[in-house]
Amino acid sequence: MTNPPVFDVPALLEQMSRALATRIKSYPTPPAMVGIHTGGVWVAQHLHQRLGLDKPLGLLDIAFYRDDFSHMGLHPQVRPSQLPFEVDDQHLILVDDVLYSGRTIRAALNELFDYGRPASVTLAVLVARDGRELPIEAQVVGTQIQLLDSQHIKLRGPAPLRLELLSTNLAAD
Amino acid sequence: MDIATPIPAFGPLAPDLQLDAQGRLRHLLTIEGLSRALLMELLDTAASFAGVNEKAVKKVPLLRGKTVLNLFFEASTRTRTTFELAAKRLSADVLNINIGTSSAVKGESLLDTLRNLEAMQVDMFVVRHAESGAAHFIARHVAPHVSVLNAGDGRHAHPTQALLDVFTIRRHKPDFSSLCVAIVGDILHSRVARSQIHALNILGTGEVRVVAPRSLLPASVECLGVRVFEDIRQGLKDADVIITLRLQRERMDSGLLPSEQEFYQHWGLSAERLALAKPDCMVMHPGPVNRGVEIDSCVADGPQSVILEQVTNGIAVRMAVMSLIMGSMAGGEA
Repeated sequence: MTNPPVFDVPALLEQMSRALATRIKSYPTPPAMVGIHTGGVWVAQHLHQRLGLDKPLGLLDIAFYRDDFSHMGLHPQVRPSQLPFEVDDQHLILVDDVLYSGRTIRAALNELFDYGRPASVTLAVLVARDGRELPIEAQVVGTQIQLLDSQHIKLRGPAPLRLELLSTNLAAD
Repeated sequence: MDIATPIPAFGPLAPDLQLDAQGRLRHLLTIEGLSRALLMELLDTAASFAGVNEKAVKKVPLLRGKTVLNLFFEASTRTRTTFELAAKRLSADVLNINIGTSSAVKGESLLDTLRNLEAMQVDMFVVRHAESGAAHFIARHVAPHVSVLNAGDGRHAHPTQALLDVFTIRRHKPDFSSLCVAIVGDILHSRVARSQIHALNILGTGEVRVVAPRSLLPASVECLGVRVFEDIRQGLKDADVIITLRLQRERMDSGLLPSEQEFYQHWGLSAERLALAKPDCMVMHPGPVNRGVEIDSCVADGPQSVILEQVTNGIAVRMAVMSLIMGSMAGGEA
């Protein structure tokens, strides 16, 4: 068994916020940030603070937009989505912890567009792993990793934030 | 007849009928027998759906491709409309069928209606009927893929109304254990009151009062876990929540009451009587309101009234019930 990779989450967040700061300069109007429950919100809270954004952080729970409702039923804990700003014509930074199949982001985009028509959406993720099932990529990435099908990566938090590598038989928590 | 536990024309009310083997909601027929955890799950889910109703596009794709059939054997505006809106905001297809009130519409003919509607590949029946036990009867006989949601059966139960009422209370006063809730008026004919009493007790409400003349109280109402007040002034004193009920003249056999004016004089909620309750007491009414009969207009429209908020909350609560039932049907491998 090889040693599991060690992730320095604060360093990844720092790197993401620098990349985002550069992008933000090109926006004609200040952007708003939206985190996807639960891990994405933790990451977004850090980035939001580091970038000093004016508009309050938006929160998205995509449970009502999932594509597996007819197999899985409703997620047991659905938190209300809150977007405390106008979405129309707004430049948005959408934040999640791990980008894997792309289905969560598909659901999140559908939900965002039910609030309005944003000027643009930029995707920022802490970890982009392989295994995309949809044509979705992140513009800002903390780290890229390749994992076996049997492996999962999970963000633990909220404080401190810690990335954990799990194999499938252990992942069922 | 013991009205607290009705023996309806449709046979026994099996309490377990509405839960599946895992204890999840399969149908919603009555509040009675539901666990506190399940009620809290319904209320929390409803809170999430309340956000959907404030979006620009008031719709989520959760029940896309499902068909909900509103089967109303009895008149209704608020309930039918909010069930319809709830289903539509979940992206389900909705059919409304109003079948004229008739005491003959039961037994075989009802089963025939049912078989025909099932043949249209419907996923959920929302049923209102003048006979107690009608929703249970339908739930006992529907095809395995169909769920039944009771939208009011006779004097028996109106579970989604009770859920939206406790949802509304919880938004303003979240600690049920410290609350005194007074339900005032025509308890005898009220399926709403029965479901409210069950819901409030399951949630551990400090004190549940029923305030009514003896002639409008069911025989064994104390068995439901309430304090009975036949004096309105005592009954309202220091209440945190007052729920006024509609005087149901259409269900009344003659002789229970002299006149509407007299009912108002003795039992109507006036500003002067409201002052007996706590200063921040909430005023609720399931609608439709008979102004000047069970409640004065200035109270119904006053700052303590949450009557219209109840209507709004009814949509989120019905969305929660529908999606939890459809969700447990979806995940139900067992």
